[in-house]
Order: sequence, then structure tokens, then C-alpha cells
Amino acid sequence: MLGFETRVATRFLREGRMQTLLIIIGVAAGVAVVAYISALISGLQRNTIEKTLGAQAHLTLSPLEDVVLSARAPASAGTTELVQTQPRAQRPRSISNWQLLVPLLEAMPQVVAVSPMVSAAGLATRGEASKAIALMGVDLDRYDRIVGLRAKVVDGRARLEPGEGIIGRELADDLGVRVGDRVGIVTGGVTDSLRVTALVDLGVRELNRRTVIVPLRTAQSLAALPGGATSLDLTLADIWSAQTLADHLAARWPYKAESWQQSNAQLVSALNAQSVSTAVIRGVVMVVVVLGIASVLVVSVVQKRREIGILRAMGATQGQVLRVFLLQGAIVGALGSALGVLLAVLLIWAFTHFVRGSDGLPLFNITLEPALALRVAAIATVCGVLAAVAPARRAARLDPAEAIRL
Amino acid sequence: MNAPTGAAPPAVLLELDGVRKRYNVGLPNEAEVLHGVSLRIDRGEFVALIGPSGSGKSTLLNIVGLLERMTAGRYRIDGVEVSGLDDAALTLRRRSTLGFIFQFHHLLPAFSALENVTLPALMREGRITPAQRERARAVLAAVGLGGAMNKRPGELSGGMQQRVAIARALVLEPPLVLADEPTGNLDTVSANEVFALMRQMHAELKTSFLVVTHDPRLAARCDRVIELVDGRLVHDGPAAGPAR
Repeated sequence: MLGFETRVATRFLREGRMQTLLIIIGVAAGVAVVAYISALISGLQRNTIEKTLGAQAHLTLSPLEDVVLSARAPASAGTTELVQTQPRAQRPRSISNWQLLVPLLEAMPQVVAVSPMVSAAGLATRGEASKAIALMGVDLDRYDRIVGLRAKVVDGRARLEPGEGIIGRELADDLGVRVGDRVGIVTGGVTDSLRVTALVDLGVRELNRRTVIVPLRTAQSLAALPGGATSLDLTLADIWSAQTLADHLAARWPYKAESWQQSNAQLVSALNAQSVSTAVIRGVVMVVVVLGIASVLVVSVVQKRREIGILRAMGATQGQVLRVFLLQGAIVGALGSALGVLLAVLLIWAFTHFVRGSDGLPLFNITLEPALALRVAAIATVCGVLAAVAPARRAARLDPAEAIRL
Repeated sequence: MNAPTGAAPPAVLLELDGVRKRYNVGLPNEAEVLHGVSLRIDRGEFVALIGPSGSGKSTLLNIVGLLERMTAGRYRIDGVEVSGLDDAALTLRRRSTLGFIFQFHHLLPAFSALENVTLPALMREGRITPAQRERARAVLAAVGLGGAMNKRPGELSGGMQQRVAIARALVLEPPLVLADEPTGNLDTVSANEVFALMRQMHAELKTSFLVVTHDPRLAARCDRVIELVDGRLVHDGPAAGPAR
């Protein structure tokens, strides 16, 4: 099938070797740029999201905030009365019926893990030193499934028995404590003391400077919320479904549901802007590739006018001539894509080996997924065929008598 | 070859009746180059088409070769009226009925001699069978190029290239071969050799030839001479022979 077209197309390409080589290199450069940028941006975004979500849940359920309602009677029909009220101070409150809610959430197919938390503000003291802290009371096993706490331990061993706690690395430095030392915790009027079992690095220095993680019960007593939980943290199978699920949960139950996208709105906007910019760059590169292939094939049609005329005189149909040039576009696109993917792999290798952070480690991990490589290669090959359409039609419409006379 | 089973093909291979060709129709520079040409060529004839430059020979050859459409008139080739056929049908008819030999050989430079000769089969069927390859080798050997089959046109002399073109035109044994000044670009010795080869192939294959030539000595070696002057057929008769 297409034996004639394939033979003629490959011979035409071989005949104009330098021209063919240059356009294949052009396509390869375009494909390499697209594949490399795609892998780089996707690696960068993955890394950013991993770091962001390394210390927070994909979705958090908490009680609705207290609001002040006007005690005055509603205005008469047709009029609106603007009432100025002072916002109410928010106090730590428990999610009602959280124990019943946990199994319901766990039964949802999108939900991978649920962890109750009691959070409160307080002070950590050691001798004369004291630091403001964010106290988090959790069930260690459950919380580990939310932020991978055990993997973030840099010293000691993660354990949360009564009277024990895990603190951030920078907080330990500030207070001068090591694993095994005791630290005082003050919240409101309640004071307690706990032994540090592990130091953690949550990936963000400010978090490390104020995080103290204690057993759920300890936090309940420190925050004066016996049996309560101020929030439920959720890990989802697909992080991008967080907003949809948050909307669904907020509509279903009287709780405040906040997705990671809401709590990191600026980050999400930046990621979106980055994605759009990348798409624009990819589109422009592909347009350049298409124009490059098309211009070379247009020149080729002019150069091959006589050969096209001979073929037409010998009985080649317009369709056969059309396919000869479409095939040339496809071949150039496919070869350029293969070379471009190899080039992208080399660029990625160079990036991960030569671009290092101040700690000597790669800035972040980027890989060219086979699916991405295939997709880029397929798009470039299709672009090659599309680029060949106009020159191919021109070739097919050549008047054979006129072409031979030239 | 293409004969219906059990019946000999009709003697008349092509017939033109009142063929006119106008260029730039409707424009100020409209010009008629053929003024109602009528002629008939039978199977197995070897015909010369002569005439001065601008007499309309090439236009007539292009119309006979289905490369150009006539403005008016009727044209039947191999039993088929072609004036109403679309481009695709004309192309297929050209493929099955005609072989071409051009003045400047017009071989494909990227293909070897053998590949040039197998192209018509490849074009027709999308592949080349061993039998077709053997047939191409045999035709190339018959035109004296048995030792140059794998050479590209650029590696061959003008005479050798024209021999390849003859082999290519004849490989599928079409009923008619159209030759446009086939020796016009060759020296006298090569021209004689190429013409002799065409006569030899004609004798062996019984293929009809319509040869456009300026050379009266070559025309004299054909069976019949048609002369065109200013787009009109002014002479149609047997060639006078080599002494003409």
C-alpha cells in the first residue's frame, strides 16, 4: 500500500538531502523545545505542589465561622436597611459530630485518608525562652497519611504517646532543645509539658519555626475542647478534584470546606498563568515547525515541477502526487520528532546533572514521560502532514504539459 | 495485451475529428493554434509528425497524449471517446494506453535506470512483482543497457538516457508511444542509434509510434508522415523513404 508514493517521497527527500536534513533538524529543535519545556514546567509544578501540599491537607473541613445577626426586625417590603455590625471574635470550636463524619468521608471514593485535628495557638517555653507556636493535636497514623509526617522526621523517631510531642527543626534550634528534652506548652490558662520525640522538616522554614504536634487528646485538653476536633483534614486520590469535592461537601453539610486551591489561590493562579504561557510557547513553536516544513516543501514542489510533470504524464493521478508530498511532510515530521525526543531527553539529563541548588542537589526532578513524548511526537507528525497540505495540493494541480515544457 | 477475449482489437487506434485548440479564451490575446485537425492512426503504424516551429505539433501531441484538453472536436483513442472524461479518468487512460518519450529524456534523476523503468508498474499497482522486475531488466537489455541498469541518469550519456526513456515508455507495452523530438538533443550517431532502436522495438512489439521531429531524414524513415503548418494538416501520406 502506498508503495509508489512512499518510494517517490523518500527519493525526493533523499535527493534534496541537505534541505531534508535542515528541516528535520528544525522539526527536532521544535519538538525538543516543546517536550523539554513541557517536562520542565510539569516537573516544576509537580515539585511546587508537592512542597505546598507536603504540609497541608488537600481539603479541610472546619466549623462555620460565627457571624453576628441583627436583632432588629426586618425592614418593610420594598426597602433595604443597611446594618453595620462588628465581626465577632472567632473562638476555637469543635466540628459537631466529627466522629460520625469521619467514616462517612472515608467511604467516599475520592477520599484516601481523613484525619481529625485540634489546632490552637500557644507558647512553647524552655527555661527563659518562649516562642509562639501553632499547636496541632493529631492521631499520628492518620496524620501521617495526610502529610507523610514520618518521612519528614530529621532527627528522632516519630511517636506520639501521652506526654510526647514532635516539633519543627527551627523551633528546636530557637529553643535549644534536642530529641528527648522536655518543652513547656502554654495555651490560654492551661500549661503542660511534653518530651520531644522527633524533629521534623516540613519543607517551609516558617512552619518549622512554630509547629508543635501533640497527641489529639493532649491538644483537646490544652485547647479546652474535650472530645472535640477543630478540623478534619482530607487526602484525595486526585488533588485537582479538591475544589469540586469542597463545593459538594459545603453544599451537603453545614461545615466550611476549604480546598488547597482556595488556601493557595495565588499559587494556583501562578500555576495557571505558567500553564497558559507554556501552551502559548508550545503553540508558537509548533506554528514555526509547520511553517518551516511548509516552506521547504513549497520550494521542493517548485524544484520538482518537471519530475511531477513526468509522473503525471506517465499516469500518476492527482491523488498519488498529493500523497507523495503529504508523505514527505509526515516523514520529515516523524524523523524530526524522533530526533527531537532524543534531544529533549539529553536536555533533561543535562538539566538534572548540571543545574543544582545551593545544597548541591538537583533543583527538582524532571522526567520526560513516555506518554508526553509520544503525544508531542504525534502532534509534530500531524503538523508535518498539515504543513504539507498546501504544497501537496499545489503539486497535484500542476498542469503536466506545462510542467514538462519547463 | 488489452484485446477483448476472443476478438481482435479494432484496427483504428486513434481518431481525431475537427480538433481545435485555443489558448487564452476570452482574453485579448486569445489565439487558436489548431484549426480543426482530423487524422487517424491505426494499430502498428509508425508515424512522423513534422512541421515548422509554432505549427502546433507539440499542442497536437499533448492533446493526443491526454495532457491537454482540446477546445472543440472529437477524439477517440483505443475505442474510447475522451473529450468528456475528467482528469482522473484521463490520467488512468493515459496510464493504460500511452508511453512517452521526451526530447530531454525526462527521467527521474533520483532513480536508477532500472527503477525508472519499473516506475510505471509501481505507479499502477503500488508494488513491483518479480515478473515485472524481470520484464524491466529484459527491456533494458533489449535497448542495450544490460550493464547500466543500476546507474542513475546523471551517470549515463544522452543517448543512453534516451534508451532508458524508450524502455520506460515500452515496458508496459502500451498501444501507442508518443515521442516528442526524441533525437533532438542527441548527436547524429546517437540520434541514428536511438531512432533505429525505436524502429526495432516497433517491429518487435507492434506498438504504434507518433514521433514529432524536425529532422526530415528521420521523418523519411517512418511509415507515414503528417505535416502540420499553422495549425492545419497540410500533408498526410507515406514517407518518401530514406532518399527523401
